[in-house]
Amino acid sequence: MEALLESYLPLVVFIGVALVIGLALLIAPFIVAYKNPDPEKLSAYECGFAPFDDARMKFDIRFYLVAILFIIFDLEVAFLFPWAVSFGDLGWFGFWSMMIFLGVLTIGFVYEWKKGALEWD
Amino acid sequence: MTLTGLFFYLFSAVLVASGLMVIAARQPVHSVLFLILGFVNAAGLFMLLGAEFLALILVVVYVGAVAVLFLFVVMMLDIDFAELRQGFLNYLPVGALVGVVILVELLVVVGGRAIAPEVVESVPVPIPDHDDVSNTEAIGQLLYTRYLFYFQAAGLILLVAMVGAIVLTLRHKEGVKRQSAAVQIARNPATAIEVRKVEPGKGLS
Repeated sequence: MEALLESYLPLVVFIGVALVIGLALLIAPFIVAYKNPDPEKLSAYECGFAPFDDARMKFDIRFYLVAILFIIFDLEVAFLFPWAVSFGDLGWFGFWSMMIFLGVLTIGFVYEWKKGALEWD
Repeated sequence: MTLTGLFFYLFSAVLVASGLMVIAARQPVHSVLFLILGFVNAAGLFMLLGAEFLALILVVVYVGAVAVLFLFVVMMLDIDFAELRQGFLNYLPVGALVGVVILVELLVVVGGRAIAPEVVESVPVPIPDHDDVSNTEAIGQLLYTRYLFYFQAAGLILLVAMVGAIVLTLRHKEGVKRQSAAVQIARNPATAIEVRKVEPGKGLS
């Protein structure tokens, strides 16, 4: 247990260094940069004319579909990892239990493909 | 051991603070960003417990996928959040009731050790020592055989989520010309071109 946590100590060092560099780059401009504020500098820039409407617009629902399909297959892969690590101990029962799981999700994948959910238009 | 304790208090403090900010932030997008901070710190707590697999899955699945989905949802809904907040006092009793129920349940789970110390020893499958079996391997040895039913139920839930998302959101535009690779490949000179004899002085009709 202690050995496990010690093996993650380099990760803490990396995060610490990244934090220091990130904060330094964030704070240094406040201290050293030349300041001349102007409202025009903060206004939205739109090639010569005044902006038509708000820059924050609604996203298309299709992005949501892509994201949720990604999560499902992400989880499928997450379930594969412990199975692969303990594959030697599981035997045929564990093998077929995973095959049924993959089969169920393949049914969904075929449905998705046939429905055209993977096509953009 | 003191270093572990230090990191425990660091992760817990940031987790609680970011959890508070999730419900206190004015901008819903900021709430989601605080939620991501909370996920990362919860992953740190899992790591301190020795649950490596859960910690990294929390980062990969929750930070990498679920939080992105939340961001999409927050950006997709064009709700006036100031208007939503107006009913805050009306909904407060119901919300407080749900909060108290969850708090009591958490106290029962955590305080079970104080009421019945033998509960801790009577777990169905003891957690193997970390030096013998790694965390990922320990999960793998149980999940696919002993907890087969839950594993397959998770698969079916994922299937239902996939079908449900497609049924609810998939709308094909009318009149879009799609590429059909099979039709393209099946074309040959006989089906694609036509040779016509053009007589001098006459056009083709």
